[in-house]
Amino acid sequence: MTTYFKNIYTALYTLFVGMKITFKHLFVPSVTIQYPEVKLPMADRIRNRLYVNMDDCIGCDQCARACPVSCISIETVKSMPTEDLGKTSQGKKKALWVTKFDIDIAKCCFCQLCVFPCPTECIYMTDAYEFSEFERSGLNYSFVTLNADEIAEKKSNFAKMEAEKAAAKAAPKPPKAEEPASKPAGDA
Amino acid sequence: MIYDFLLQLTGNAAISSLINSIIPLTFIIPFALFAVYLERKVSAHMQDRLGPMRVGWHGWLQSFADILKLLQKEDIVTADADKKLFNFAPVLVFAGSYAAFAAIPFSSAYIGTNLDLGLLYIVAVTSLVVAGILMAGWGSNNKYSLLGAVRSAAQIVSYEIPTTLVIVTVIVMTGTLNLHKLSTDQTSSFYNWLIFGGYAAGWHKFALIPSMFVGFLVIFISTLAEVNRTPFDIPEAESELVAGYHTEYSGMKFAMFFLAEYANMFAVSAIVATIFFGGFQSPFGYLGNTLGISWLRPIEEFFWFASKGIFFVFVQMWLRWTLPRLRVDQLMAMCWKYLIPIAVVNLIIVALIMVL
Repeated sequence: MTTYFKNIYTALYTLFVGMKITFKHLFVPSVTIQYPEVKLPMADRIRNRLYVNMDDCIGCDQCARACPVSCISIETVKSMPTEDLGKTSQGKKKALWVTKFDIDIAKCCFCQLCVFPCPTECIYMTDAYEFSEFERSGLNYSFVTLNADEIAEKKSNFAKMEAEKAAAKAAPKPPKAEEPASKPAGDA
Repeated sequence: MIYDFLLQLTGNAAISSLINSIIPLTFIIPFALFAVYLERKVSAHMQDRLGPMRVGWHGWLQSFADILKLLQKEDIVTADADKKLFNFAPVLVFAGSYAAFAAIPFSSAYIGTNLDLGLLYIVAVTSLVVAGILMAGWGSNNKYSLLGAVRSAAQIVSYEIPTTLVIVTVIVMTGTLNLHKLSTDQTSSFYNWLIFGGYAAGWHKFALIPSMFVGFLVIFISTLAEVNRTPFDIPEAESELVAGYHTEYSGMKFAMFFLAEYANMFAVSAIVATIFFGGFQSPFGYLGNTLGISWLRPIEEFFWFASKGIFFVFVQMWLRWTLPRLRVDQLMAMCWKYLIPIAVVNLIIVALIMVL
């Protein structure tokens, strides 16, 4: 008989304890984050999408060589001696036109190995993580700042220079002894 | 009374009865939409979530979106189902819970039919829901549906006993089964409500208060079980029976079950409010009386009735998100070993007090 009344008492008591707890939680601020509008701040060293600051890039190709999955492809063209490419933010002189700097982020394994060798610290991980695409080709990011015409121009400039150098090399060969004679030809 | 007004307006008893019978529906459907939204919001906030937030401001259009989705859904009838029972069950379930609204006074100006046997009628007619649920379970030809239906029948039949015993207690006290009279008798001050001993004078009133609280608890728990809400939701226990008796239903038929569930929730809340908490009576008096505007009073009464009903619906939701589901044996033990003896003893005590 005592257990009977004890049961009733426990049932009612625990019921009100439970109801008190749930009622309190009715007014506890929710932990839900309204995702697309509100985003949690990412950690400082988070590794997400790569970014290349082309103003600082000297086209040294070290990142592409460090990449274990070969997702970075770089092509460079030497500049004319007369051209001034400016300096990086750290004061290093740039000597190469970067005509191609593609990162296929679909291949990227987010190992950050490309970031450390960069001498100018121009390639780094950002906190952008929403970059889904409908086509896989959309994930191939191009960072080159030159447009197609400029690239073609730089390439032809370089080709011309090469051709001239080659011509200069080839031209003086028959008159090997006469050095001063070859010079005007090389300059022209 | 709205019926008399309609009769005067149309001059035809059939038309005015028809309009009169549709009036509760215009309350139930918006209420169901609101209650679905409230349920989701209450459950979410009790679990420190936000609930629907996308459809409209704080998701207030969510239930409309749900209804639109349900309307567009394919109406699937399984190949081996008993077509007649399967198709008729949702109608019967909703009809059973809707019929209860006929005797519930929404305000002093509106009651479907002013039945002298209102309470008895409600207890009797809500039993139709059991038949509908059994038909749904059997007609689906699905073992989970059948199990759910049989559990539901066992549960509703058992829990009708304590409900009726408490109603008998109230009848012993007030001497009426008419819900409208019951409401008007609990005049417009909260200390005249039956939970506070009713309108009897003298020591009877104070002696009745503990019995009334016990009676309120018993009828609240048993009606909670009758509408198959958690912690008594074993007929539709998701983790055991998929969804119980409405597993095989889709689209509008499923929506009918849903509507019936929410209509039922409000019906039992309204009955509890009418019996113990003064029904449509205001706890403080009426603004319409103070200002001398006679037409304002029925509107205020409706406001109080709806508020009390919705408050008890909220308590049902509150319990749902507080308590885990009972086992079948616990469910039966609760009814037969606790609620029924308590209700009987309570009835005897109230009868003795009334005799003395």
